[in-house]
Amino acid sequence: MSKYYLNYLDELESEAIFVLREVWAQFQNPVILFSGGKDSIVVTHLARKAFHPSKIPFALMHVDTGHNFPETIKFRDDLIDNFGVRLIVGSVQESIDQGRVAEEKGKNATRNALQITTLLDAIEENKVDCAIGGGRRDEEKARAKERFFSHRDDFGQWDPKNQRPELWNLFNGKHFEGEHFRVFPISNWTEMDVWNYIKRENIQIPSLYFAHEREVVWRSNSWIPNSEFLKLDEGEEVVTKKIRFRTLGDITITGGIESDADTVEKIAQEVAAMRQTERGNRSDDKRSETAMEDRKKQGYF
Amino acid sequence: MLDNNQLLRFTTAGSVDDGKSTLIGRLLFDSKSIFEDQLEAIENTSKQKGHDGVDLALFTDGLRDEREQGITIDVAYRYFTTPKRKFIIADTPGHIQYTRNMVTGASTANAAIILVDARHGVIEQTKRHAFIASLLQIPHVIVCINKMDLVDFSEEAYNTVISQFEEFSSKLLVKDVRFIPISALLGDNVVNRSKNMDWYQGAPLLHTLETMHISSDINKVDARFPVQTVLRPQSEEFRDYRGYAGRMASGVLRKNDEITVMPSGFTSKIKSIDTFSGEAEEAFAPMSISITLEDDIDISRGDMIVRSNNKPEALQDIEVMLCWLNNSPAKPRAKYTIKHTSNEQKAMIKEVLYKIDINTLNRSSDDTEMSMNDISKVRIRTTKPLMVDSYRENRTTGSIILIDDATNETVAAGMIV
Repeated sequence: MSKYYLNYLDELESEAIFVLREVWAQFQNPVILFSGGKDSIVVTHLARKAFHPSKIPFALMHVDTGHNFPETIKFRDDLIDNFGVRLIVGSVQESIDQGRVAEEKGKNATRNALQITTLLDAIEENKVDCAIGGGRRDEEKARAKERFFSHRDDFGQWDPKNQRPELWNLFNGKHFEGEHFRVFPISNWTEMDVWNYIKRENIQIPSLYFAHEREVVWRSNSWIPNSEFLKLDEGEEVVTKKIRFRTLGDITITGGIESDADTVEKIAQEVAAMRQTERGNRSDDKRSETAMEDRKKQGYF
Repeated sequence: MLDNNQLLRFTTAGSVDDGKSTLIGRLLFDSKSIFEDQLEAIENTSKQKGHDGVDLALFTDGLRDEREQGITIDVAYRYFTTPKRKFIIADTPGHIQYTRNMVTGASTANAAIILVDARHGVIEQTKRHAFIASLLQIPHVIVCINKMDLVDFSEEAYNTVISQFEEFSSKLLVKDVRFIPISALLGDNVVNRSKNMDWYQGAPLLHTLETMHISSDINKVDARFPVQTVLRPQSEEFRDYRGYAGRMASGVLRKNDEITVMPSGFTSKIKSIDTFSGEAEEAFAPMSISITLEDDIDISRGDMIVRSNNKPEALQDIEVMLCWLNNSPAKPRAKYTIKHTSNEQKAMIKEVLYKIDINTLNRSSDDTEMSMNDISKVRIRTTKPLMVDSYRENRTTGSIILIDDATNETVAAGMIV
């Protein structure tokens, strides 16, 4: 075999770096949507590689629901300091206070859907023409049809049936004033690829991904963390378990799994043996069969 | 997974009746890439629809309209991994009106799987798929003769399809064609070797995908480096750094190589090839790198760095096989933005030479209107030269798209002849 080939991780990395450089070249004011989750951390790491020895030329945008894990916020602030990048925060609490959105009511109320308004407002206020996300096509069926360069109209909406064809590596980011793009550099990565890459590159991730003792409640097939926002139902009981999180979202909707994996190596092994998708523990995706598609059309991440 | 495992991208074309979704479901299921919660969801839907057992085809449904109408509208990407390789499937619908999707899926593929129903043999749709695979120069074509269980696993049925296909494909440019008799429904020769077809000596589909040689799919001869952007760090340490960032489109570049910058024609020598992890001695496609040169030359996005003894052509008039992708037909002599590597110019379609009937491969020079899904040979004039190779030799420097300035939509994709 010739020595001139890349292994799969190098090829995925090279593709992502190419996409990030295209964003820089094609847009005026791009940002990285940063959630504090592993995918947006990997994208930030890739941006550092893409523009080295320059600094990351994008600001990070965080949509703060107010329902955060404290660990996520600390991790975010440390990363900002380390990389010397600018942070833009869109606050769901402010959107609520301004009357832009109203809190959901009922037992399963979350601030998940509310983020859409805050995100779109932050994009508009900051004149962002491209928001780079850590979305992957293997995550969910609606995301399987997503482009690398995904157009959003001036209402921030996604029209899955009228997407621009995307051929070779010729990305078309042309848009009119008020419209924007969502760009997904790690579209072709799977959860396993992300973990293998984190392992290989020795990327720092929040402690929440590692097994730890935590107060939790068993709800909708996963361990929901106890927090000031959690209202216990009848029959529900707070217990202490050794758990870790496979994805990170709001503290109110992110379910943990029981695990002893306390290193990246052990997590990668555990993920390889998993028989459930990572979003299987996210109650936001369980609302209906097309929950993700419906939110994405409105402007979700 | 091992560290030297490669990534293989393949496209599948076929309609529901060919068993395409079943084949993909089978590959994912047998390679243990379907998770329990996904399987549960499919089981529930299968029950609701009154199907016997689990319908693996449902796994490939995506958008709401597709689930409701039972059709595939758009290219969907699927992923699976074996101990030998990582795979990306571009799952494209096979109906005639979806040439656009097939072309999209084919543009980055190493291999195409073309499904043929063993009972019906080669039909118009098979020819259309083979033609697109050849037009887009997919390096490897695997013809899966499916539903062998419905023809009693007959070797004769298999041979009939091969001769039908070969008769047709002799007119096409496909380098590597293989034929595999399978039953996607029962799993024969998909992941596991069939016990019902002793007469077939070849490998099952998955083994074929895992072992076919793909390192040579990218042109490794002609060094082409389109400049994406220029890195000029505003820091004390790298005050004089000027790095040309981009991804190798083809070929190999080494430190100290004599290079020419196109279109300006300035020459220099490569001072360093830089990555985040440090300097590299050489770079090859598809590596993303940045290059510094011995001399201070004016270089910007859209320029191309090449080896001085092997240059592409700088052309303003190009002949292109153009696939029209938009609902609004091409306007005669209209102006478009043309994108070619990192270069962008204005362009005009000067002349439509002929249109191809993709079912018969007949050329017609009378009907030159270009509507959605039409494939035509055209002559394009650009405002400034593009540094091009023929698509047959170089899929990256031989491809273009056209963008309509009035809508910003990508309206056509072209392969330079």
